[in-house]
Amino acid sequence: MTAHIIQTNPAPFQPVDLDSITLDIIENALRNARAEMDAVLFRTAMSPGIREQHDAFPMIANNEGKMVVGQFGSFIHGFVSNYDDTIEEGDVFLTNDPYSCNGAVSHLNDWLTLMPIFHDGRLVSWAAMFGHMTDNGGKVPGSLPTDAAQIFEEGLQIPPVKIVRKGVLNKELLNLLLRNSRVPEWNRSDFNAMLASLRLAERRVHEIVARFGVDHYIAAMAEMLDRNKRAMSAIIKMVVPEKKAYFEDYIDDDGVGMGPYKVACSLWREGDIAHFDFTGTDPQSISSVNFFLNEEMFKMFLGAFFINIFDPQILFNDGFYELVDVKIPEGSILKPKRPAALSCRTHLLGRIFDIMGGLLGQGSPDVLNAAGFSDSPHLMYSGYNKSGEWYQLFQIGFGGIPGRPAGDGPDGHSLWPSFTNVPNEFLESYFPLRIVRYEAIADSGGAGLHRGGNGVCTAYEFLEPGEISIHDDRWLTYPWGVNGGNPGARSTKELVRKDGSREWLPSKCDRIKVMEGDILYFNTWGGGGWGDPLKRPAERVATDVERGLVSVDGARAYGVVVRSDFSLDLAATEALRADIAATRPPIELFNRGGTIEQLKARCKAETSFDPPRSPVFANWMGSPAQPRQPA
Amino acid sequence: MNQGPTTTYRLGVDVGGTFTDLLLINESSGETFSAKVPSTPADSSIGVLNGIAKICEQNGIAPEHITHVMHGTTVATNTVLEGKGARVGLVTTTGYRNVLQIARSFVPGGLGGWVIYNKRALMAPLELTIEADERLDARGEVVKPLDEAALTKSLTALKAKNIEALTVCLVNAYASGKHELRVREIAEQVMPGVPVSISSEVMPEMYEYERAETTVVNSYIRPVVSRYIDNLHRELKSKMKDVQLHVLRSDGGLSSVEAARKSPVNLLMSGPAGGVSGAQWIARESGFPNLITFDMGGTSTDVALIEKEVAQTRRETRVADVTVRAPSIDVRTVGAGGGSIAYVPELTKALRVGPQSAGASPGPAAYMKGGDKPTVTDANVVLGYLPSSSRLGGDMKIDRALAETAMATIAGPLNKTAKEAAEGVINIVNENMFGALRLVSIEQGHDPRDFALVAFGGAGPLHANALGRLMGSWPVIIPPAPGVLCAYGDATTRLRDEASRTYIRRISEISDAEVLGLLDELTTTAARSLLSEGISPEQQSVQFQIDIRYRGQGMRLTLPVTREELVQGGIASVAKRFDDMHTQLFTFALDAPHEVVSLRAVVQGPETKVRAEQLPRGNGDPAAAIIDEATVFVDGADHAARIYDRARLKAGDRIPGPAIVCQMDTTTLILPGHTGEVDAVANILIRPNV
Repeated sequence: MTAHIIQTNPAPFQPVDLDSITLDIIENALRNARAEMDAVLFRTAMSPGIREQHDAFPMIANNEGKMVVGQFGSFIHGFVSNYDDTIEEGDVFLTNDPYSCNGAVSHLNDWLTLMPIFHDGRLVSWAAMFGHMTDNGGKVPGSLPTDAAQIFEEGLQIPPVKIVRKGVLNKELLNLLLRNSRVPEWNRSDFNAMLASLRLAERRVHEIVARFGVDHYIAAMAEMLDRNKRAMSAIIKMVVPEKKAYFEDYIDDDGVGMGPYKVACSLWREGDIAHFDFTGTDPQSISSVNFFLNEEMFKMFLGAFFINIFDPQILFNDGFYELVDVKIPEGSILKPKRPAALSCRTHLLGRIFDIMGGLLGQGSPDVLNAAGFSDSPHLMYSGYNKSGEWYQLFQIGFGGIPGRPAGDGPDGHSLWPSFTNVPNEFLESYFPLRIVRYEAIADSGGAGLHRGGNGVCTAYEFLEPGEISIHDDRWLTYPWGVNGGNPGARSTKELVRKDGSREWLPSKCDRIKVMEGDILYFNTWGGGGWGDPLKRPAERVATDVERGLVSVDGARAYGVVVRSDFSLDLAATEALRADIAATRPPIELFNRGGTIEQLKARCKAETSFDPPRSPVFANWMGSPAQPRQPA
Repeated sequence: MNQGPTTTYRLGVDVGGTFTDLLLINESSGETFSAKVPSTPADSSIGVLNGIAKICEQNGIAPEHITHVMHGTTVATNTVLEGKGARVGLVTTTGYRNVLQIARSFVPGGLGGWVIYNKRALMAPLELTIEADERLDARGEVVKPLDEAALTKSLTALKAKNIEALTVCLVNAYASGKHELRVREIAEQVMPGVPVSISSEVMPEMYEYERAETTVVNSYIRPVVSRYIDNLHRELKSKMKDVQLHVLRSDGGLSSVEAARKSPVNLLMSGPAGGVSGAQWIARESGFPNLITFDMGGTSTDVALIEKEVAQTRRETRVADVTVRAPSIDVRTVGAGGGSIAYVPELTKALRVGPQSAGASPGPAAYMKGGDKPTVTDANVVLGYLPSSSRLGGDMKIDRALAETAMATIAGPLNKTAKEAAEGVINIVNENMFGALRLVSIEQGHDPRDFALVAFGGAGPLHANALGRLMGSWPVIIPPAPGVLCAYGDATTRLRDEASRTYIRRISEISDAEVLGLLDELTTTAARSLLSEGISPEQQSVQFQIDIRYRGQGMRLTLPVTREELVQGGIASVAKRFDDMHTQLFTFALDAPHEVVSLRAVVQGPETKVRAEQLPRGNGDPAAAIIDEATVFVDGADHAARIYDRARLKAGDRIPGPAIVCQMDTTTLILPGHTGEVDAVANILIRPNV
């Protein structure tokens, strides 16, 4: 089955001799259009997740469905080949089903809208926008149940549907979807905001076509893709060695007692083509921590990462995709089989960037970053307030950006583009809670010549009885340091009851009851350090101490002795540095703070939790490519 | 000259990078006099005083007859741009010491942007940040009283670190300033003489990071700005005993000396606001009430929109990467100007212009100051738009051969001739400008074809005709002189103050009487500074503003409201207008509850009537102004063009394009197929030929 695209104008596009300046102007115009799509969405959406935290992504693709500007992978070709109906002018499609769009969105909360753009009876472009809906039904508020075994527990699945047919909104269908959300007003408004941003893209495309002619527009998009391919080809040859590199990292657990789960990847180049092979990655989990990673999506991550490192002026798009070959084993935790649950994929999604950094950096340690804030920890808090109204908070936390060749990692910042925190005053005004502490955690960033950014302690005092859910990771494995830098501190969550009793909460949990006056200390992890901490200028360490970012004790990890008045004890510093240099083990490229076995052995003493059991996989999942080590 | 013993004058002064422009207005007749003197960047007040001496001498006016001096200044902006502000201490609520350090957790750039992002240093560094043990809730009620003893101790320690200004920003202080006021009292005892800025006064709006940053910036620039204004005020008073000095605010209103010293954060865009205010005056004088302003200089370009003679404002001011929540004329800045460098990256072979700029030094290649990279100015030279005979501020010379050599470095990789490459550079930079112009027009729901385009700045009139063509904005208006335009703006704008408060309530839960009562209170507060300047309530005009949104949205729209509307239609009619505005901006309205976010009263003094200088009328033929001929390259072909001297043009002259009009501080390009007509007040109005 394949979609029937109805074009009333059968004339083919004519090849044109495209002037390079015209091309540059069209490129600028499309970049502007993309930025405007974001602006409209953020201004009119209602959920704090999209509005303040900007968990939403736009794109504009060419008539063949290849992304020309934007920030998420192209799935349009796959959609068109699988959709069994017509595609006409005025239609808008909606889906949230990762299994139907080949992972263009990766859990049901992400609603993806897609609009074909016609001009004079011919399809000339596509515009798409997806955003994270605060609630999409399912068994827990926020629709991200850690212990879900199947996607059916995670809320309503929407296969690609025509939500707008020839310009007419299908209200009944929308009502059905909204009825399945705990916060229908937010979803309705966010959906409207996405539509408004698609319509804006359509207007901009029409303007560009009117200005330059449709044949020039089509030719320009083709050339923009080609230009990207040429640039990326040069970068790939420059930075991907032919010799095979291997790296692995983990998510710590699955929320139901097993872990860590390994993601393994090999990288090498043959001619123009870079090969990424995820063979050796663990099979899919029985809980919802699976991440449906489409190969194209991985290419997108890679391209964005390359361009930001090597030349941010390059327009990022799909043009280079044939230069990268990605192999992800079926049934693995990165390519689970339906109906595996997917909602809590955020940890693996983030961890992919650590994998990428660890792989690419081996070839050139000078551009190697330490492990970053490779996650989006979530807090959900919901219940009925004193007037009987339902409240529901979904909030993303931020942590330590790692030490990098460029410098220290910022404290408490986001790995994801355009994400921002929700201001605490806003939270206090609209939700029954008070943020009694919001600060960088001293010493949580790994020591290094360039210090890892500190994690953040956010202390939530709850003012109404309710339930909370937590999604976090790196409580067991460390955010690794590189080139001599130390690992960052791990994450912790501590609940202090009103009566003064304290309990540690696991990294992944649902339905924890809280009462008025209880305080949750949500401590995110720090970034790994970069480079030898003994080489960091001692004055900078003393300044960090005076700023409260490093403690007097913490300064000793740099071999620096700071007095209580923040002055530097130079003699003692010199002696301490000499002592550390003489006694420490040789510096290795990566410092993970111990092997998995060592971390598990120390787990109970250090975290108060029993170590997770090694994952057990069903036979049908296929056996892992490498023998598992005994736990 | 009508100069009886009772004749008084008001003076507008604009300090630009190169020239200080002055405009003197006879308050009874409206007659004007202008003068231009070199700016004195080290201490710009010297240039101002030189200018006053010159303008008085030239016109035989005694300085003591000047009663009002109105001044647009870039002192606040430059302090931020050059990082030369005060050593600022900050007091936060316990648990919030890192409010600036964490900021909003935002990392600029796309996916992977964190790899290269380095934060700029905080204006109130953490070692100078202390915590006050206290807490208010979101309604401003005390949850935990202020621990005064502990605070006194921390402040004493902070004092020992030699801070020059103190900021107080406590959590939820937008809802009540009671703890901040008390902290200030204690601080004034502990560290007398250190100016204290408190967030509940500077910017009583929700969002702790934005409020803290805004108040810290206020502290950061306060000592420098106060010193400058005090010096100038003292010098002025010594020459003109009872003179009143007013400073132009970012939002285009005038501020008293006292308000300017206390809240200099409101002056960050004082400079650009002068140009927009001047354009606003042009809008009134020339009969084009709808204008888009286009002010292109060497390194950046500012654009703004004026609708029905009123400049659009917003609740945010940006200077470089510093953003504060202070009202300003909605000026959008693009980092592209005459000095922007064009290059062709190896990997993509695309032609890029900016963001690097050759600045004033080494400057464009054509300026013979050692620059060898091709800039936008060089492109204009190569294309013949900036002829060697144009005077450029008197003594700057242009070397066309150097511009061509520089352009050849990109023409080669592009496989084009120097002229073709230069036209590419101009087209790309115009496209960037077009992007900025859309932000203030199309993105705000305005059709640019309903607006005329006013161009000023050193490079604006060179690019304006092309932009008019891109946008369909006609006529393109080139005012007589860019500097004088700003001085007009300074002199003709009105005294203004405002008071606002955050007031988050569902419309269904408030009464019209309560809202009116609050707005009247705010009016009394805002009117205070005008009263102290001797402006009686009868001379004041009041406008209410209500910020409103759908409950749950983060943005808000500001709706201007009159007292009559509230009395007659109530808040419900405002909500209805909100729906319309939301539809205009975003294509949809929602069936969701409305929520008021904040209330504001803006009080203004009376308008000043200024008559524009009339140009003598000619016979329509500008032939007498022709000084040279040139060849210009437009749309891929050479055209013969004439060069005119602006000073010799007469009202009614019609200049056929292609043409170049030269004057001391700018150059105007009229494209083939267009005609520039000189109007009665010396503007050139460019329109396409029909």
